Amino acid sequence: MPDNPEPNHDEPSNSRSAILERSAEPDAPARTASRLAVAAGDELEGSGVRFSGVTKRFGDLTVLDQLDMEVAPGEKMVIIGPSGSGKTTILRVLMTLERPEAGTVEVGGEQLYHEERNGQLVKASEKHVRQVRRKISMVFQHFNLFPHMTALDNVSFGPRKVLGLSKDEANERAARLLEVVGLGDKFGEHPARLSGGQKQRVAIARALAMEPEVMLFDEVTSALDPELVGEVLNVLRDLAENTTMTMLLVTHEMGFAREIGDRVVMFDGGRVVEQGPPTQIFGDPQEQRTRDFLRAVLDRE
Amino acid sequence: MDLTYEWDWEYAWEILPDLLDGLWITIQATFFGIILAMILGLAFAILRRSEVRAISWPTAWVIEFIRSTPLLVQLFMLFYVLPHYGIRIDAFTTGVLALGIHYATYTSEVYRSGIEGVPRGQWEASTALNLSTMTTWSRVILPQAIPVVIPSLGNYLVAMFKEVPLLAFITVFDVLGEGKAACTRNFQCVEPYTLVGVLFLIVSIPSSILVRQLEVRLARQP
Amino acid sequence: MLEWNLWRALLDGTWITVQVTVLAALLGTILSILSGLAGLSSVRAVRWANQVYVDFFRGTSAIVQLFWIFFALPFFGISLSPLLAGVVTLGLNMGSYGSEVVRGAIRAVPRGQTEAAIALNVTSFDRMRYIIFPQAAVTMLPPYGNLLIELLKASALVSLITLSDLTFQVQILRVNGSASTTQLFTIALVLYFLLAMGITGLVRAAEGYLGRGLEIGRGARRS
Repeated sequence: MPDNPEPNHDEPSNSRSAILERSAEPDAPARTASRLAVAAGDELEGSGVRFSGVTKRFGDLTVLDQLDMEVAPGEKMVIIGPSGSGKTTILRVLMTLERPEAGTVEVGGEQLYHEERNGQLVKASEKHVRQVRRKISMVFQHFNLFPHMTALDNVSFGPRKVLGLSKDEANERAARLLEVVGLGDKFGEHPARLSGGQKQRVAIARALAMEPEVMLFDEVTSALDPELVGEVLNVLRDLAENTTMTMLLVTHEMGFAREIGDRVVMFDGGRVVEQGPPTQIFGDPQEQRTRDFLRAVLDRE
Repeated sequence: MDLTYEWDWEYAWEILPDLLDGLWITIQATFFGIILAMILGLAFAILRRSEVRAISWPTAWVIEFIRSTPLLVQLFMLFYVLPHYGIRIDAFTTGVLALGIHYATYTSEVYRSGIEGVPRGQWEASTALNLSTMTTWSRVILPQAIPVVIPSLGNYLVAMFKEVPLLAFITVFDVLGEGKAACTRNFQCVEPYTLVGVLFLIVSIPSSILVRQLEVRLARQP
Repeated sequence: MLEWNLWRALLDGTWITVQVTVLAALLGTILSILSGLAGLSSVRAVRWANQVYVDFFRGTSAIVQLFWIFFALPFFGISLSPLLAGVVTLGLNMGSYGSEVVRGAIRAVPRGQTEAAIALNVTSFDRMRYIIFPQAAVTMLPPYGNLLIELLKASALVSLITLSDLTFQVQILRVNGSASTTQLFTIALVLYFLLAMGITGLVRAAEGYLGRGLEIGRGARRS
């Protein structure tokens, strides 16, 4: 893990970023409606998420142990914890990348892995999963951009093939989003020619283009060189502060977690160790394990 | 369409000994062919690495040329052209020659990758010890390069085995040659050709499995 | 050198060789893709049936298959023309080798690509069509080019079931004594070699086309 300098909100480090230009004047009225949200074509409305008794095992290892957790609509929830604690698995289960062995997951009041048939909960069909999954999108640690497509095509692909927009509409949406994340001059570039920070901003634009109600961020700055972390955090900050989208973030950026989180969840050994508002978790942690973890992490910074 | 063809067991039983004789010829041709291919291929590989461009360049082209043209035509060419130059060898030997030359172009590639896999330091150490080129090749480089390439050579052995039936068309009575003879003699072709196919499966599937196991075992070694 | 009518015969034969190769390549490519995908199927029976096809055609010899289809199949009431028998055999044969090429290349596409496509809610068909396959195709091309050359070489086998391809024409001219044997075979080999170089050129061009934007990214895809 690179020890990233804590990004300073008030000091723009990257003048090219459109976000930063705006956040340089913190009182501007634009704050009420995020340019990102507008660019995505919609006011992003958050959905709630509920995990009930979710268990996930890899062989003998239990990564999620009867997890019960609720995320309110529009809440920005930050998940912290040591590596291997299962925090990434929470996001992957919600994205349907890992299927849990037991329990149920609800998104916006709808079952994700199950559907009701004749009054009984049965395993969901692919059609049902796709219909619920529409509400969720995810940004990955390693970007996972499509290397054979340009930045613009990466972003417009989903709207075109999944949401059914016309080519022009999809390209227009993609162009707007790339513009707002500060990549207005990179439309035609393939991912191989972009820096890590630029790739991750394309990936965020790609996820946003799907108009998700719940966005998942899986250690999105961990694979970046330290000097590129700031540009990505700025985009996340804008989303956190100016949209009503539900956000679940797994991160090692403690300063950032404190700044934007509505709630911080400390996760270890497949269970929630402790949770609460950032001021409490970072200022007055109740559990020994949380204190140990925070000391270890903050010492490095 | 008539899928009710009645398989003639008696006939099949009658021609089987001939087919097995043919199979033995096929196996012999494969054996001699692969040995020739392994020797010639090594020569190709070493010549191709020569620092003298007048050697390496033509070698590369000859390899490319032989490898991208049909074995059948090469076989016919040797069979019909050599006698014109007073070279009289029997059909079996001609066939082995063609197989050996054709497959040498494949084995030379295999050796090349094996040789390139030997670390540069081995060449440098040999120079530092003032070893002759001959000694460097025979005592340092090849002993390291060859064990690695044995599974790939095995794959070409199996591939060659399946091309030996071409020898039937220069009058060699290999397994297909025997099958053809039975077919024309009795006007009953289903049994001979089916048996020929089955014999190929019986030999080549276990061989492929063997080669795969060899690959796995070699991959496990450090 | 040779008289015009001899050239004419050789070029006619070359044209047949090209036809057989192109038609068999079409069939072989389709079969490679279908068989490669079948090898990745989650349904065990599909994988098993596919393995039988692959092992059967790789385990027997192309010439034996051709003879069976041309000389034994008529006893079941199915008579194929020499052209059809040649194209079908060579296509089936190529498919059994191409299967592995397609399967390997698809499996080599990083898992994150599938995950990103799931996160975009892309259907599994579109995932294969727009995300996975186009990337795998770039990896497939070099071994696919080798398969095409092997196919071109194997096309000479059709001369043995009376189809008048290049090899067949050479044999006819040789028997007629119309030209020196050495000369005839040399010309034939050179013509085959030129066709092979043509294939290599086409495959290179396709690699350049499909690999746009990827050349720098191939090693750095994950960083």
